[in-house]
Amino acid sequence: MPSSSMSEGMMAKPKLALYWAASCGGCEIAVLDTELKVLEIADFFDIIFWPCALDFKYDDVRAMEDKSITLTLFNGAIRNSENYEIAKLLRQKSVVMCAFGSCASDGGIPALANLKSKEEILQYVYHDSPSTTNPENVRPETAHQVAEGTLRLPEMWNTVRSLGQVVDVDYIIPGCPPQPDQISIVVDAVVDILKNGKPLPPKGTVLGADVRTCCDECDRKKDVKKIKQFVRPHEVVADPEVCLLEQGILCMGPATRAGCGGKCVNAGVPCRGCYGQPANVKDQGAKMASAIGGVLDTDDPKEIEELVATIPDMAGTFYRFSMSESLLRRRQG
Amino acid sequence: MSFEPKLVGFLCNWCSYTGADLAGTSRLKIPPNLRAIRVMCSGRVDPSFILTALSKGADGVLVLGCHPGDCHYSEGNYNCQRRLPITKSLVEQMGIDPRRVRLEWVSASEASLFQEVVSEFTEQIRSLGPLELKEFDFDRAAADAQLVHE
Repeated sequence: MPSSSMSEGMMAKPKLALYWAASCGGCEIAVLDTELKVLEIADFFDIIFWPCALDFKYDDVRAMEDKSITLTLFNGAIRNSENYEIAKLLRQKSVVMCAFGSCASDGGIPALANLKSKEEILQYVYHDSPSTTNPENVRPETAHQVAEGTLRLPEMWNTVRSLGQVVDVDYIIPGCPPQPDQISIVVDAVVDILKNGKPLPPKGTVLGADVRTCCDECDRKKDVKKIKQFVRPHEVVADPEVCLLEQGILCMGPATRAGCGGKCVNAGVPCRGCYGQPANVKDQGAKMASAIGGVLDTDDPKEIEELVATIPDMAGTFYRFSMSESLLRRRQG
Repeated sequence: MSFEPKLVGFLCNWCSYTGADLAGTSRLKIPPNLRAIRVMCSGRVDPSFILTALSKGADGVLVLGCHPGDCHYSEGNYNCQRRLPITKSLVEQMGIDPRRVRLEWVSASEASLFQEVVSEFTEQIRSLGPLELKEFDFDRAAADAQLVHE
């Protein structure tokens, strides 16, 4: 897998690229949060591209030979033409392309924009939001003529995509962000593969996570769930021992992949669903709809409707991290 | 060409599918728009079945089960009854008319009710028109056209 070319009697180091597309930077912090492991990463790999931390240019990557990067860890969703262009470029230059974090895997938080159109977003951000002052009604333009030529900005897309929807992806590391202990496990596995010739896992494998659900990792006491009323976390003092869903707090645990160690739920915060859909689940929101449907404590159609109406922002909650990979992809109409 | 709705129906084995059979053997006239899928119980209909149908070309989804109290597995249809409003609400927020998803109870003897429900639902979806999902597949050519480098 790694380049076998010899340089001055030494085996060349495997090359590593890290990139951020539409992301918040949390994935980069998570890499640094691996503490001493990051030194091991820097020692084992030749980091040839990492815009967040090191000064490389896109042209440096363009100049590389195809398949010369051993591993690319790509975080962030595909939100504009620049994200897409660099995704294509890194795919072309990399042997292994890994979607790193919720945004690259499933769309993540940026993909919540799929509940709106591009026009609605621009209208709100540049004109309607209470904090906007824009008397000349300026809108961003993607091309501008100056004396020296044309200046260009990337084109924002109407629909946010996951990395896997625009280029071929080999592996997925979910999480918002992937937990540092899980990153360390993946790094150890990669080193084992490159150093000791261990076989690669099958293409499409989800790395640094579990096949079970967040509920399986949660230490809270679980009993028969019967929900009479949904409450938001700030409206109640939650029992520290009992399942949050049983207390009427909307917790995404049943529809979320395990792997984080149940950090949120064990700290009293409901699961937000960042590890994405569990193994063999196509659509996280549908799975949550199924789970919630099983536990409403009424058989009266009218009461069911009233109870369902109290779930705030259902699509935004159920697809908080997985809108791009949802079965419907975006709001229609 | 006039629009013919494509409908997917999930029919419970014990009541509604048998009711549909009875409608057939009774020679009741039923619109051919419904593609019936037999499931063991309406409680087996996961919301993802409904979303999958809508995302793969169905214009409407009909779920038919035993009347409340009559479930072969005692409470499967109650689960369905609780899931459907959540699914409809989710579908609505995703910009699809919730009338495209419908739950009805049809027993094994209610052949004429089956006929009525399917006919009515077909006409409802006909008046709503075809469901065309926007930007479902990634348009590589359009995305490539935006790249202005080199």
